[in-house]
Amino acid sequence: MQADIETTIRQFIEDNFLFREDRTALSDTESLLDAGLIDSTGVLELVVFLEREFGIAVADADIVPENLDSISRIAGYVVRKTAEPCVSSDS
Amino acid sequence: MCGIAGYYGRADAPQPAIETLRRMIGTLSHRGPDGSGIHAGSEAGLAHARLSIIDVATGQQPMSSHDGTVWITFNGEIFNYVELRRDLVARGRRFRTESDTEVIVQLYEDMGPDCVELLNGDFAFALWDGRRHQLMLARDRAGVRPLYYTRRGQRLYFASEVKALLQAPGVTAEVDPVALDQIFTLWAPLAPRTPFKDIFELPPAHMLIAGPQGTQVRPYWRLSYPEAGDESAVDRRAEHEIVDELEALLVDATRIRLRSDVPVGAYLSGGLDSSLLTAVMKTLAPDRLRTFSVTFESLEFDEGAYQREMVRALATEHTSIACSTSDIGRIFPDVIRHVERPILRTAPAPLFMLSEHVHANGFKVVLTGEGADEVFGGYDIFKEAKVRRFCAAQPRSQRRLQLLQRLYPYLPALKNQSQRYREAFFATGAGDLADPLFSHLPRFRTTAGAKDFFSAPLREALHGYDALAELRERLPPEFDRWHPLSQAQYLETAHLLPGYILSSQGDRVSMAHSVEGRFPFLDHRVIEFGARLAPRLKLRTLREKHILREAAKRFLPAAIAGRPKQPYRAPDSQSFVGPQAPAFAAEALAPSRIHALGLFEPRAVEKLVRKCASQPFVGFRDNMAFVGVLSTQTLVQQFVHAGLPRPLAQAA
Repeated sequence: MQADIETTIRQFIEDNFLFREDRTALSDTESLLDAGLIDSTGVLELVVFLEREFGIAVADADIVPENLDSISRIAGYVVRKTAEPCVSSDS
Repeated sequence: MCGIAGYYGRADAPQPAIETLRRMIGTLSHRGPDGSGIHAGSEAGLAHARLSIIDVATGQQPMSSHDGTVWITFNGEIFNYVELRRDLVARGRRFRTESDTEVIVQLYEDMGPDCVELLNGDFAFALWDGRRHQLMLARDRAGVRPLYYTRRGQRLYFASEVKALLQAPGVTAEVDPVALDQIFTLWAPLAPRTPFKDIFELPPAHMLIAGPQGTQVRPYWRLSYPEAGDESAVDRRAEHEIVDELEALLVDATRIRLRSDVPVGAYLSGGLDSSLLTAVMKTLAPDRLRTFSVTFESLEFDEGAYQREMVRALATEHTSIACSTSDIGRIFPDVIRHVERPILRTAPAPLFMLSEHVHANGFKVVLTGEGADEVFGGYDIFKEAKVRRFCAAQPRSQRRLQLLQRLYPYLPALKNQSQRYREAFFATGAGDLADPLFSHLPRFRTTAGAKDFFSAPLREALHGYDALAELRERLPPEFDRWHPLSQAQYLETAHLLPGYILSSQGDRVSMAHSVEGRFPFLDHRVIEFGARLAPRLKLRTLREKHILREAAKRFLPAAIAGRPKQPYRAPDSQSFVGPQAPAFAAEALAPSRIHALGLFEPRAVEKLVRKCASQPFVGFRDNMAFVGVLSTQTLVQQFVHAGLPRPLAQAA
């Protein structure tokens, strides 16, 4: 369910990017970039988490703000990826 | 190389001067294990801990002039002392020793404080002039050798390291919040500020004169670049002639740095700079060249394959020391005790191990490649700034954005980073483009994320302070007229180099094991030559250190001369977390300890520690924050709360 996915993602963001107690809570649609919460390699921390947590493979071309820059965008991306059939490679 | 300490002025405290000097110099035996000396006078006192390198037999210090009115205590080497001495002898002066120390004394008698301008070397010295009743302190141009000072009552105390100053009566360590803000933004405090209140660092290329009329601090040299678009400054020679000049300079800078009565080795990291240096040394002193390096378990950091290739090509006698994350965890408190400031990376720790390895192999002096990236445009940050400017000039150009993809080829994980994210993190607005600090803004902003962990009282104390604004104010008036590459080079050379590279990664960790580093690329003639070069000879499109690579082709196989830069890095937070985590780290980061020292927010740090312990991959910003918090906690515990730090036990 998208709501469960969003909760899991929110928890991860709060545990790993939101450090200041007095920072106002992050809304589902707030941009992580604009909020200064994520740096250039923080994005990769997020990708590793998504792959492990949801068992998806994040393609290089998917690592774009459209897919990853807010809690609801990330959840939407995960839902789309988990709906895809598994494609096995030959190598 | 050595340690120095002393005072100027009358005592308030009852402690006898000799006792004070003895305590101060006693903390510096790692810098000078070969003996010590003291000269205590009523107006000034000098102390010296010796690492005997030149004139082992008669060069003891403190040293006086013939008539005993001038006294000196000196840490460093004057590499052109042979030529200076020859001139002085030709003018009728007579020498009692073979030392470079005596050359400074004689030059001072001849010329006064301006004698510093003739010195080509790495130095920090204190000179007492009994006739003028004044004390002079001086420091070399690049900031290789350290010199700290503080005032208590009527007295000025000075020393090579803060730990020696803390032995003087009435001198205690207290954290300077502004310095913390500067470190957690710029990677280093802005000299003369240090992490400790009222304890100052003499800036590089400066002298201090303390006398009956008061105290004056002034520069004797300035790093400067030609104005962009100044046609008269353009060098119209053919490139190969410029390379000829560079080659001659480098060879001479290396030649004079081989002057020693004890054997000289080299650090061979596998990169272009140390490879070139080692190759030049081989032509000057080919017999049994001894080289050293550090290796890592993780492929992400290790350069072992390149090192082995160079060792084969140059036939050096090479040994290396392996550094693991548990090593870094184990030695970190000792490293902090020596660097005496918070650090944001663990990179000093493997170099601390390397100097121990060098010392255990019986060497006191090594030549190393520091400075080449600053002088010849080697760092990625220079390329990055160039591409960012290019993109900002036409923000919609996709093709320009693809250039961003060519940056950072060495880190495996970053290869996967999307171009659009890189654009978001590195692209700039019009306001940023107009900022004199443009080249370094991404780094400063990423680093400043570590300040999210400052406690409320610390943020309160810093309310309204802006480290970037202060740095802008410090820039030379002609800065705006320089080429953008020169501007970026200036920021690296004038601030990061002395504030971090030469101190925490250089002098402090090598002298911890009585090893003196020497830097041919920081010969002031090489620095000045590099500053005069047209930017396209340094960064040709995106080929860094172009002119240096051309010179290197004359000494090295093409594959090595053409090798792209692999920045020196070491494992960071992973050295302090997990099942093998060292006890000191858990204690230093415990919420109760964070709360007790009052500088950081306990719950925020707790989250950070949990993140670094559980996430397989932690980014730059949080790694820097982790190491920054841990090193600050450790430093404050050692210097402020646990009383005066004792000197480390010396290996026999």
